[in-house]
Amino acid sequence: MLWAGLLTASAACYLLKLAGLSLPARLLQDARVQRTIPLVPIALLAALVATQTFSTGHHLVLDVRAVALGVAAIAVLLRAPFLVVVASAAATAALLRLL
Amino acid sequence: MRQARSGIVRDALGIGIASGAYALSFGAISTTAGLSLLQTCALSLLMFTGASQFAMVGVIGAGGSVWAGAATAALLGARNALYGVRLSSLLGVRGLRRAAAAQFVIDETTAMAVARDEVMDSRLAFWATGLALFVLWNLGTLIGALATHALSNPRVLGLDAAPPAAFLALLAPRLRAREPFAIAIAAAMVALVSLPFVPAGIPLLIVAILVGLYGVFRLPASRGGRRAAPGGESQ
Repeated sequence: MLWAGLLTASAACYLLKLAGLSLPARLLQDARVQRTIPLVPIALLAALVATQTFSTGHHLVLDVRAVALGVAAIAVLLRAPFLVVVASAAATAALLRLL
Repeated sequence: MRQARSGIVRDALGIGIASGAYALSFGAISTTAGLSLLQTCALSLLMFTGASQFAMVGVIGAGGSVWAGAATAALLGARNALYGVRLSSLLGVRGLRRAAAAQFVIDETTAMAVARDEVMDSRLAFWATGLALFVLWNLGTLIGALATHALSNPRVLGLDAAPPAAFLALLAPRLRAREPFAIAIAAAMVALVSLPFVPAGIPLLIVAILVGLYGVFRLPASRGGRRAAPGGESQ
């Protein structure tokens, strides 16, 4: 089941890339399509940040992950490299759990 | 000219090394989410688009269904189709070369290719960046996954707090204007409000549908969509 999902999603991602290179440009050059598609990652990534920080299963929770996200946000504002952002969040959560 | 070309290759290697480091965290997060070493490496080889990969393993790690993760990954991959449109005239590839080029159509390769003035430089930038990224992204994934596999409990290292930070780092560069910022806040609220009432992963799909409707119906649909294409600034 896991493999089926992974392979299906991988195939979908590949076909989207190939579609851009292959389809006649005008199909994807509609102004609405051009403006809407870049909004999708913004909305999804923001939703992922929120749900993965403030929930466990179906419950909204406030725990060390919120502090970890705050530290990550500071790292982002300081233009830290990706790995530093992620590691600072993980280290924050680990340290707070030790307390 | 030769110097310009070696500069392009050097830039490509620089991006490859940076993304290799970023792949370390993907390997670690994917393993923490419960994917096997083979599954983790297969995602980097076959999917090869960072945000989609992080979303897929993020949803699975948070207890969502594999199919909710797959749908989110595909939605995040939709932007690559737009990149393909920009690249198709630059690259001029057909047949097998096009099939190979397609796997490399991602944020970084597009940015590097469209930044060049000469078509041949664009092609070199695309292929060099794509190749460097592909090799180092997969290597980074493998190392990250192997290192995390050696840990008995990745949670001790706070790795469960890593995915939101990764998503934030991917999101931040896209928030440079007021509208994207407002959309991000609204999306986060909708996801949190709906979360207690629907199966795991579904809040993301609700958000995707709403932003799609917003894009289609709310934005001013300027006449003559073709002029909205890149390059319209040349009078």
